[in-house]
Amino acid sequence: MTKRQIWLSLITLVLFAIVPPLTIIFDQPFYMDMMARIMIFAMAAVSLDLILGYGGMVSFGHAAYMGVGAYAVGILSYYGIDNGFLQFPLAMAASAIIGLAFGAMSLRTTGVYFIMITLAFAQMLYFFAISLEEFGGDDGMSSMRSEFAGLIDLNDSLQFYYLVFICLGVVLYLLHRLVQSRFGMVIRAARSNDKRMQAVGFSTYRYKLAGFTIAATICGLAGALFANLNEFVSPDVMHWTHSGEIMIMVIMGGIGTLIGPVLGASAFLLLEEYLPEWMDMVMKDAGEHWAIIMGPVLIAIVLFGRGGIHALFTSKAKAKGGNHD
Amino acid sequence: MDPLLLLEQTFNGFQFGIMLFLIAAGLTLVFGIMDMVNLAHGSLVMVGAYLATTFIEWTGSFIGGLALAIPATFAIGVLVEIVALRTLYRRNHLDQVLATFGLILFFNEIVRIVWGPISLYSGLPDYLSGQVEFIPGAPYPVYRLIIIAVGLAVAAGIYLIVAKTRLGMLIRAGASNNEMVGALGINIKSLFTFVFALGAVFAGLAGMMLGPLTSVEPGMGEPWLIQAFVVIIIGGIGSIRGAFIAAILIGMVDTLGRVLLPEFLRVFVAEAAADTAGPALASMLIYILMAAILVVRPQGLFPARNG
Repeated sequence: MTKRQIWLSLITLVLFAIVPPLTIIFDQPFYMDMMARIMIFAMAAVSLDLILGYGGMVSFGHAAYMGVGAYAVGILSYYGIDNGFLQFPLAMAASAIIGLAFGAMSLRTTGVYFIMITLAFAQMLYFFAISLEEFGGDDGMSSMRSEFAGLIDLNDSLQFYYLVFICLGVVLYLLHRLVQSRFGMVIRAARSNDKRMQAVGFSTYRYKLAGFTIAATICGLAGALFANLNEFVSPDVMHWTHSGEIMIMVIMGGIGTLIGPVLGASAFLLLEEYLPEWMDMVMKDAGEHWAIIMGPVLIAIVLFGRGGIHALFTSKAKAKGGNHD
Repeated sequence: MDPLLLLEQTFNGFQFGIMLFLIAAGLTLVFGIMDMVNLAHGSLVMVGAYLATTFIEWTGSFIGGLALAIPATFAIGVLVEIVALRTLYRRNHLDQVLATFGLILFFNEIVRIVWGPISLYSGLPDYLSGQVEFIPGAPYPVYRLIIIAVGLAVAAGIYLIVAKTRLGMLIRAGASNNEMVGALGINIKSLFTFVFALGAVFAGLAGMMLGPLTSVEPGMGEPWLIQAFVVIIIGGIGSIRGAFIAAILIGMVDTLGRVLLPEFLRVFVAEAAADTAGPALASMLIYILMAAILVVRPQGLFPARNG
């Protein structure tokens, strides 16, 4: 990490940290929930970037693990188990197991096959969730906020905000250590040249699978927090367009970096929130058609925005491109 | 189980498979030759359906509407290829996925602006809305039979083009090494445009025929897109033959799975449990099938090329 990257990461985290006092001073509680939402998606995006940016695995089904985490919390809550000490580990374990199973099968393929098989698996879970009549089927179900008895009260939005903030900070730190470690070096090297790594004697399949599972686990944590934020779980979390959006956050922010996806998630969700308002200002009632601007903006970012927002701030640092498969 | 019902469902499965083939054919050609992931292929299904619905209303004739919608879809295919996709061929797959994802947002919104957010319903003319009883005791809708016939005709047409014509020779050559084709003096750019527009017409045709069966609405092509992905993964990317076989397989497995699986489970578990687990399992069946096939053959059943 260069000095600039460290500064960028610190400033970003400090900005997130000072949101709650500001919202309280200006009496705008809405923004606290919005920023919590951004941090949850940031966590999902960072976990995707571990396999997408560092590992070169273009997984197009990452929202599925968010869904698994969310449903784990929702289903436990449905049966009256609101204990967060039980819910969160189970949510992460469930995502890990499903990530391991899907990863084990998907990683047998490469390139376009990999993109499409991960998409198809996510779609499979989506339809499975729709068919769960007991848990609301298509409509989803409401779920209570988790209880961490005696420790924190998640019904208090300030405490919830800082729980999400700490989770994001811990995830960023652990992933930072991970990508710098021997393990991280192996998956990064496998992205550059898988065959050579195998020739050198690494079983890249196992390393990639471990990376895939770790990413799914972190995304499951994001899902568990997401269920808490909304107090609601529905198959919509797993919809394939959400997988695409998480991917866009990574690209927008800067692929192959850790703070990049956090910036990307912020930019994407803020744009989604405010673009309609801006369009309404220009032309009356134009805001409902915000996607007509958002679509071409995405295309432009992909075509011209090498390195994403991260590269804007760390222009001297090398902007890592996508994988070349 | 009633054998006549089973027969009817077999026909439905076949018709579903034919529809999937029409959508997957263009997708697999574009993959095979240009090595391009195009998520916006589902949008072409939607565009075809909307154009047909509008033209049918405009001309007052079902056939007339389709006759106008097909060249219109071809023109849109050409336009999309030249404006948006051409710059993406040299990019990696990730960029292609994201840029075409942006295209989907754009297309859905355009449709919403032009035709409004409400679903359209296009009826069938009288001569197509009847039923025939070609097997005694099992009347079957004429329109679904026509879909099967059109799909088979298109499949035969694609086979003839790819296997017997000069254009098909270029397509096959492009699938194995498109740089070499360009180096040999073929205008590879216009070949790409033509192939893409051809794929757009097949997808649009599927949308046009879907119109009277379902509602025409923004985003209607997307569920089809993902199923078409499953088809080309199973069939092997770039292989028309693989796409046809896999499409029929998926159509049959999905349709018959939904009918038979609950019945089948009842043999082993209690009726209530079978009624819950059956539909859940049936909706996942094609993905399980795909996973099973990929475990045995990671490149699909009929890989068009190595690597």
